[in-house]
Amino acid sequence: MTVDITLDRPRPARPVGVAENGGAPYLVASCQVAARTLKKFVRTPALIVAGTAQGVLFLLIFRYVFGGAVAHLGTLTYVDFLVPGFVVTGVLFQGMGAASGVADDLEGGLFDRLRSLPIRLLSIITGRVGADSTLVAWGVLVMTAVGFAVGFRNGGSVPDALAALGLTILYGFAFVWMFIAMGLAAGSPQAAQGLSFLVFPLSFVSSAYVPVATMPGWMQGFATNQPMTQMVNTVRLLTGGPGAEQLLGHSVSYYLVRSLLWSVGLVVVFAPLAVWKLKRS
Amino acid sequence: MHALIEAHGLSKKFGKVEALSGLTLTLPAGKAVAILGPNGAGKTTFIRMVATLIQPDHGTLMVSGRDVVRDPMAVRRMIGLAGQSAAVEEMMTGRENLMMVARLYGQRRSEAVASSGRILEQMDLVDAADRWVKTYSGGMRRRLDLGASLVGSPRLLLLDEPTTGLDPGSRNEVWDGIREMSWAGTDILLTTQYLDEADHLAAYIVIIDGGRVIAQGTPDELKSRAGADMVELHTVDVPTMQRAAEVLGSLGIAEPSTDPATRRCSLAAPGGSRLLPVVVRALDDAAVPVEDITLRRPTLDEVFLALTGHTTGSTTTTTTTDTDPTSPEEDAA
Repeated sequence: MTVDITLDRPRPARPVGVAENGGAPYLVASCQVAARTLKKFVRTPALIVAGTAQGVLFLLIFRYVFGGAVAHLGTLTYVDFLVPGFVVTGVLFQGMGAASGVADDLEGGLFDRLRSLPIRLLSIITGRVGADSTLVAWGVLVMTAVGFAVGFRNGGSVPDALAALGLTILYGFAFVWMFIAMGLAAGSPQAAQGLSFLVFPLSFVSSAYVPVATMPGWMQGFATNQPMTQMVNTVRLLTGGPGAEQLLGHSVSYYLVRSLLWSVGLVVVFAPLAVWKLKRS
Repeated sequence: MHALIEAHGLSKKFGKVEALSGLTLTLPAGKAVAILGPNGAGKTTFIRMVATLIQPDHGTLMVSGRDVVRDPMAVRRMIGLAGQSAAVEEMMTGRENLMMVARLYGQRRSEAVASSGRILEQMDLVDAADRWVKTYSGGMRRRLDLGASLVGSPRLLLLDEPTTGLDPGSRNEVWDGIREMSWAGTDILLTTQYLDEADHLAAYIVIIDGGRVIAQGTPDELKSRAGADMVELHTVDVPTMQRAAEVLGSLGIAEPSTDPATRRCSLAAPGGSRLLPVVVRALDDAAVPVEDITLRRPTLDEVFLALTGHTTGSTTTTTTTDTDPTSPEEDAA
């Protein structure tokens, strides 16, 4: 005989006294979102090894393969020229993981869950930015240590060197906004990875590895004015001492102002874009 | 007392595709409701709208008296969402996943510990609680995801195709979890393209197609609307089945249909229960032995076909159960 299989059996009344969910305060929400990304990173050895080992490998190649051909650049040794460029462009290679990470979260439905919760939309993004900036900072510290190991020596004062370190992390933070907006705009992890190839012109067509003056004229226009060059040169001047200033021909403040303007510009452009994209995802 | 959901003239276009076209619907609180429809009917668009993830182009949508467009935060305080893919973090444990969502709902640490523990028990995940989700089976992930949507004790639980992509065993686990929540007093709105799922889980079914409501009612109401009851009998062998079919045909009510593979013979019976004794007597007079004989309502598959003119297309997916008309009885046995 047909059995009634629907759920028409008596149900208890809704539990009395269940309050509505207030939602986490802004900072708590951001920290929860950030903690997840950080846990995922430290628990995935492949992510740490891929990011860190790749950086170390490239630094060794540049230092010892190209460094053999170019021992000195005017008043600077190549290793003192290279390491600031390498550490600063490293924020791009570390940060590009944020784009595919965000695209992954989007595809996996995590952002749908988060957006259905009673928390501010911006707290989701700042949580992600906080976590990815932390990862970038970690990468900067590792690369700096390796830089010293391969022969880099600080030519400026210790406070200047610490300021250089802090500025590098700040630049990384600014670029993380760009990568997160890119990841949200891309829609799929594959597309995000495709967009991330933008880091190659940004890193190589800059003053990071070789002086801009050695590039063809049409390339110099881009290389001189793009943000990486300003950021690399700021750090190079802070750590290179008088030799660096002679080579670059401008003072620290010249590049500092430009790199800070670029940083602000990146956040101002990409933060609203990221919010807008997440709202419409 | 507000209706749980009041939708008026909802429409939404994605590019040129019209996902919803003037959907109007009022659902009372206190029932598990299934939104049933084929792929592309607008189910997911509708449930995402209720979850405040997308906004309608036209029309209004109120959840328990709160407007999803004007006051999304108030709606978010009342709902829990489990989307189509299990939105859980693989590199965290089940407990950590629940803790995170509980904290995001605004619970203090101690409250979050308590509610996560409660959900792990409810979802039968205590043994796996402190293992990374990476090691979970598909069914366990889906149950954890359901649990995450429930950790804030929401007034309304939104489940978007909760068993899509699961094998039958995992599907049953998830069904148990959903029943558990329903019995605990949570209102549930779920979407499904599986008729048997709607039949099993929901006390009220809304059928949508082409972004509009086609029909709604309790499973029984929908089945009655689709047409006559069926008398169905089961025989030991095929020759007996054929003899039974001759007897049924001789009654002059309708043309009986037979299925030699299962040795079943069925007859549309507009008279319902009054006809059953007539059939039994005729078979007895002709000395045709039958194993069993039932009077059953049409399945939702037959209902859907009658209401929309096409089937749900669910037979092409791996997770659907046998759409043979007899299967709901076997499932329930």
